[in-house]
Amino acid sequence: MTLAAAAGTAAHATTTTAAETHGFLSPTGVEIAFLLVGLVTLGAAIITVTTRQLVHAALWLVVALGGLAVEYLLLTAEFIAWVQVLIYVGSVVVLLLFGLMLTRAPIGRSPDADSGNRWVALAVSVVAAAALVWVVADAFRTTWIDLDGAPSGSTEVTGASLFQHWVLPFEALSVLLLAALVGAIVLSRKAKDGAATGARATRRDSEGVR
Amino acid sequence: MHLAYPAVLSALLFCTGLYGVLARRNAILVLMSVELMLNAVNLNLVAFDAWLSRAAEDTLHSGQALALFTIAIAAAEIGIGLAIVLAVYRNRGTSDIDRLRDTAEGHDPDDPDSDATGREAPAPRAAGEKAEATA
Amino acid sequence: MTTTTLAVLVPLLPFLGAIAGLLLGRTAPGFVRPLAVLPTLVSLALAALVAARQGGDGAVDAATELTPTGSVPVELALHIDGFAALTAVLVTVVAGCVQIYSTGYLRDDPRYPSYAALVSLFTSAMLLVVYSGDLMVLLVGWEVMGICSYFLVGHYWETPEARAASLKAFLVTKLGDLPFLIGLFALATDAGSFRITRILGAVANGGIEHPTLVALLLLAGVAGKSAQFPLHTWLPDAMAGPTPVSALIHAATMVAAGVYFIARLLPLFEASQAAMTVLAVMAAVTMAGSALAALAQDDIKRVLAYSTIGQLGYMTGALAVADRGAAVFHLLSHGAFKALLFLAAGVIIHAAGTNSLAAMSRMGHLRDRVPDAYWTMTVALLALAAISPFSGFFSKEAVLGAAEHVVTGHTGHAPAAAGWIVLLAGLVTALLTAAYAMRLWQLAFRGHGTEAPDHGRQPLTMTVVLWVLAVPSLALGGLAFRVLPDWFDGRDLTPTLTTSVLGTGVALVGGIVTYATWRHTTAHAAARVPLGAVAAHPEGDAARVEAEAIAAHEPAYGDIAYAPDPSDPGRLLLGPLHRHAAAGFHLDAVYSALFVRPVRAGASLVRFLDREVVDTYVRGAGTLPRWLGAAVRRAQTGNLQTYVSALLAGTVVLAVAAVLAATGA
Repeated sequence: MTLAAAAGTAAHATTTTAAETHGFLSPTGVEIAFLLVGLVTLGAAIITVTTRQLVHAALWLVVALGGLAVEYLLLTAEFIAWVQVLIYVGSVVVLLLFGLMLTRAPIGRSPDADSGNRWVALAVSVVAAAALVWVVADAFRTTWIDLDGAPSGSTEVTGASLFQHWVLPFEALSVLLLAALVGAIVLSRKAKDGAATGARATRRDSEGVR
Repeated sequence: MHLAYPAVLSALLFCTGLYGVLARRNAILVLMSVELMLNAVNLNLVAFDAWLSRAAEDTLHSGQALALFTIAIAAAEIGIGLAIVLAVYRNRGTSDIDRLRDTAEGHDPDDPDSDATGREAPAPRAAGEKAEATA
Repeated sequence: MTTTTLAVLVPLLPFLGAIAGLLLGRTAPGFVRPLAVLPTLVSLALAALVAARQGGDGAVDAATELTPTGSVPVELALHIDGFAALTAVLVTVVAGCVQIYSTGYLRDDPRYPSYAALVSLFTSAMLLVVYSGDLMVLLVGWEVMGICSYFLVGHYWETPEARAASLKAFLVTKLGDLPFLIGLFALATDAGSFRITRILGAVANGGIEHPTLVALLLLAGVAGKSAQFPLHTWLPDAMAGPTPVSALIHAATMVAAGVYFIARLLPLFEASQAAMTVLAVMAAVTMAGSALAALAQDDIKRVLAYSTIGQLGYMTGALAVADRGAAVFHLLSHGAFKALLFLAAGVIIHAAGTNSLAAMSRMGHLRDRVPDAYWTMTVALLALAAISPFSGFFSKEAVLGAAEHVVTGHTGHAPAAAGWIVLLAGLVTALLTAAYAMRLWQLAFRGHGTEAPDHGRQPLTMTVVLWVLAVPSLALGGLAFRVLPDWFDGRDLTPTLTTSVLGTGVALVGGIVTYATWRHTTAHAAARVPLGAVAAHPEGDAARVEAEAIAAHEPAYGDIAYAPDPSDPGRLLLGPLHRHAAAGFHLDAVYSALFVRPVRAGASLVRFLDREVVDTYVRGAGTLPRWLGAAVRRAQTGNLQTYVSALLAGTVVLAVAAVLAATGA
């Protein structure tokens, strides 16, 4: 705890000493859990973007987003984890499924789910991933997160911060959501028949956020 | 916890989403990939917030607040995006991104291809009615 | 009003008349004729008044500088001496006669308003040249005359002859005007002023550094304007214009301007013996050659045109022997009788319906149809042939007397060689002039054959001016030679016995020989080949008949100047020379070979270079970006994913590069 307090006063000065206490090859329990859930999340994400069955892609997306919620919990950000579950898993994925249905997406394997651009896309994303991972790992290889003590992302802490320091952006965001609501209605209303569906879905979505 | 874990995971998720955006043909799948990318960013925000709230005694919790905002904006984005995709689908009879090539060089708005999609237009409208009835 | 004010009004009135005529020509056709005639007549009265007030005393000088114009000042200056006063009277008399005559001659011409306005402008420009005391202002009038002659010669622009002639007149005179301009600048730089009085003062003090160069440059411009060899070729072709315009150009304006200019600046030319010799040779070649050519022409107006060139040769000859009094005296008398000759020729062409002498010689009783033209033209031809007591005799004898004066060594102003050249050429030309005058008279008025067609009487406006001009042709010389020295340099203009006897003798010989030849050729009347006479609309107004006659000459005879008429006395007199003389001694062909064809070849070369070489680069510069554009265009597939892929790939490359640069790797 003395070392942790020192790290709190001068983060950069303590990183070298902190590295000595945390062995890179001796992960803690939290780290192991994070790693396992992260693998599942990454796997689900990869399946989401590669599967040929469109509805399965949406369902694998649920797995990936749920895995991310667990990761938030492991990072002690519990409020965001529940928001993630509510909004993403609860409404966004449902909305996406509705979209798939409304555009008459084929059930089952569709051979043309990937466009002809996929090899280029693969190259670009692999190079980007290599570059990002290299930079991130190089930059933060001696940085540690201190997860002990009071959780930093509890509902109380987050609410206090949000309504003390972030109240003005919060209200601005509500205006943005209103604009999105109106926009979605106008877009969907162009053809009279299909208008109601899109508008209703969007309204539900924005209510979920509030 | 080592900061490299969430940072690397977030980078990989981001690039997975990137691949999806570039490689998927169906517009709704592209939107899903966009969601993946946004979530990767959120993970980054939360991880760094957790680090900085201790290491730099950050009381603003800016990472978490921004993550919440990102979630809200992502929800709005998905609503607008789906509305656009539906509108396109109603007009063109398809939501395949690589068939929407109106900006291509030499594109003729009166070519037989667009006529064919115009003739298909009533079919998805009927589908839309059906979906409304079920909803 | 002061003399200066009157003198300013003289060129100003025709100018205002021209502007008003151009402005009102369409809206108020009724005002066009008064606006054409009245300003010129008022100018005549004012010019006469100015001449009376000036009266041969000291020159009237007035100058005002409107604004500073750089190193050498340009001033609005008047310089009215005896020469200017009398020349202005001549110009206004002839211009007035021409304007009155034109009202009848172009009676039905739809373009009469612009024609009359241009004639007024022409007159105004000439009066400006005459009165101006500043060389730059003189140049303005000089160039305005050039452009007016272009428009007026091309009045019948429907015919290709008129178009070609107007272009030729413009280009040839411009060819002379370029050295003229350079000469003016050189002169003004040496003298420090454009004022004639100051320049003459500088000449008297020896302030001109290169008098020969300047004089020769100015001479080129004069040769172009006054139609002297070798730049005279535009004048015969200018006959494609209406006859009153020919009269105006030949008698009073344009061609007179060159002679008058030298007369004004004669001391400058006297300063250079070489220039005087060149002037003498030019005059001699011009007068002898043009007289030969005149003897062979078939078109009545071309005969008169070559005769004008010859008479101008007399004037330049007089200048070459440094006697400007004689030159301007001949200018005045020639102006009167040459205007008369042209205007009478216009009447004859109208009556006969043709401009061909060969065709006229096959018409009987042509003189009974146009008695006014017959009698006045006889007077004018006698004056042209220098038969005493007609005015041409006195002025020509003044020229020959001046040449003899130089030959006998009584003056130091001109080289004796110039005197000999002018004297001999003048005598030869006197012989030839009498010969072609006689030929013209015989062929036009003594023809045999079918009755000339009767188109009724000529308009009064056309016949009255003939008699008006006949008076000075008849009497000017005899009355004026005693008075004129008071106005001019004071040198005696009385004919001397030797030259009078010689000149009249050769003239009589020329006339008698031609008459005998004519009797000889017409004796073979049975063998006369019929020749086509032409005029499609003989009942139309004179201008229309003339335009048709000019247009029909070449199709009928195969050449604009030549007719295959075996009964022509000129053919017998000239022998093998006839053919060449008719073509103006092929000077046009020489010009064509020397200038026209090289210029055309150069133009086609430039065209080739432009089309094939320059354009290749231009096209290449266009083609390369087009290919590049086509290549880039292929990338525009419209597939958004491709675009985003490229965008992100670029972003990754940039980001990696930035990181590498930041870490110093």
